[in-house]
Amino acid sequence: MKPITGVLALQGGVSEHINMLNAVGSATVEVRLPEHLAGINALVIPGGESTALIKLLIRWNLISPIKKLTGTGIPIWGTCAGSILLASEISERDHKVDQPSLELAPVRAERNSFGRQVASFQENLIIKGLDDPFPGVFIRAPLLHPLSDSVKVLCSVAEGAVFVRYGNVWLSSFHPELTDDNRVHRMFIEEAVIGS
Amino acid sequence: MSFIRDDGTWKVKTGHARMLKGGVIMDVINAEQATIAEEAGAVAVMALERVPADIRIQGGVARMSDPDMIKGIQEAVTIPVMAKCRIGHFVEAQVLQSLEIDFIDESEVLTPADEANHVNKWDYKVPFVCGATVLEEALRRIAEGAAMIRTKGEAGTGNVVEAVRHARSVLGQIRILQATPFEELMSIAKVMGAPYELVKCVHETGKLPVVNFAAGGIATPSDAALMMQLGLDGVFVGSGIFKSGNPALRAKAIVEAVSQFDKPDVIARVSSGLGEAMVGINISSIPENERMADRGW
Repeated sequence: MKPITGVLALQGGVSEHINMLNAVGSATVEVRLPEHLAGINALVIPGGESTALIKLLIRWNLISPIKKLTGTGIPIWGTCAGSILLASEISERDHKVDQPSLELAPVRAERNSFGRQVASFQENLIIKGLDDPFPGVFIRAPLLHPLSDSVKVLCSVAEGAVFVRYGNVWLSSFHPELTDDNRVHRMFIEEAVIGS
Repeated sequence: MSFIRDDGTWKVKTGHARMLKGGVIMDVINAEQATIAEEAGAVAVMALERVPADIRIQGGVARMSDPDMIKGIQEAVTIPVMAKCRIGHFVEAQVLQSLEIDFIDESEVLTPADEANHVNKWDYKVPFVCGATVLEEALRRIAEGAAMIRTKGEAGTGNVVEAVRHARSVLGQIRILQATPFEELMSIAKVMGAPYELVKCVHETGKLPVVNFAAGGIATPSDAALMMQLGLDGVFVGSGIFKSGNPALRAKAIVEAVSQFDKPDVIARVSSGLGEAMVGINISSIPENERMADRGW
C-alpha cells in the first residue's frame, strides 16, 4: 500500500517536500492541526524559520500529538529549521538559546552556525547509504552535535555533522527538497513502507 | 575527501526565499520593534528608518537606513534581517551586502535613484526582492537577478486594494500564458517586453520561478489571509503593525491568520480585540505623482 506522509504546513518549504515525496511514491497530507496527523505513516517537518515554527506548533496544539506519534515508531524527518525543532538542545554559536522544541533527539542544534545568508552555500556530500555524492544545499544552516552514542551520523562537512539519525528520528541541516535528487526522500520513504 | 563550496548561488538565494513561505515579514524601525516582531512569530524583519506611512506624511527623499540602526536590529534578533535600497542605487546595495544583510529589497517605497535602470542583482551574493505590478515587470526583475517578487501595492496606505490588483494581474496573466499555444510565446514576449526564456518557463510551469509575496497596504489578519487565498506565498506588513493600536497583539494575530489562512473561524478568533487598525487612505485621494507603485517599470 502507498504510504501517507504528513508534511507540517504551518510555514516554510512545504510544497517542495510534497513534490519530492509524491515523486518517490508517497501520498501526502498537509498538517496544520492535530487532526491532520491521523493515519499518517511518516512525518516531515520542513525548513522555514524555527522561531516562527515553534510558536505556531505550540499555538495550534501540535507538540504533544507529534511527540506521541513519534513514540509509535513512525519515521519523522526535520530539514534545516525542522531539525532544530527536533533537537533536545538549541544553541547559537557557543551559548545556549532559550527556545522550546519537540526534544525528540539527543542532539544540540547550533543555529546559523555557518553565518548569515551571505554564507549560505552548496557543497556535494558523502552520505552513508548512498553510492554517489549528494548535492547539499545549506541555507543559514545549523550544525547538529550528537549528545549520545545512539545518534548515528550519516553525513558531516568540515565543521561537523549535518545529517544524523536517532532511531526513527532523522535530522538534516541541508535541504534535499530544493534539489532534483530524490535519493534521501526515497531512503526515508522506504523506512515508512517497512513501518506500515 | 572534500568538495568545493559555492556560496551566493541562485539555488541558495531562491531557496532562502522559499523558506519564508507562509510567513509574515514585518517593517521595523528599531531593535525594540524587531524584538516584538520576532516574539510575534515574524519570519524576517525589514529594517528601515521610517515606515511608508511616515515617508508619505513627511515627504522628502527617502534613502537606505543608517548602518548603525541596521546593526542594532541584527544584534537584537536571530531571524533574517532585510533592508531596502533605492531603485537603481547599486552602491546602497553594496553597502547593505557589506553589512551582511540577509535580503535586499530594491524598493519603490524609497525615492528612486535611477529612473531607467534597476540594480544588476546578479552581482551580489545577497538575494534581492523586488516589487511588481504586472507579470512582465516581475519577469524583468527576475531576469535582472531578483530571487523573490512581491506585489507593490500602495505602501503606507493601510488599503489593500492595490495589492489585490497587482496579485490578480500577475496571477491572471500567468493563467493566460499557461493556456497560450507555444508558437505564440515569442510574439507575446515581444509585446510584453519580457525575456522569452522566462515567458516560456511560466508557460511550462504555470508559476513564477521564484516565490511571490504580497506587500503594500496589508493592515488586518483578514487582509493577510485574503492575499494568501488569492494564491500568494507569504506577506509583508509595513506600516500596518506599528501604526496600529496594539502592535504586539496585531503582529501575532496576522502571523496566526496566515498559518491558517483558509479557516474563517480561526481568522475570526484572532481578529477579536486587536484595538485600532492603522488609519487608511483612499488611493484616489493620493495625487498621481505621489503614488509609490508607479515608481520603477
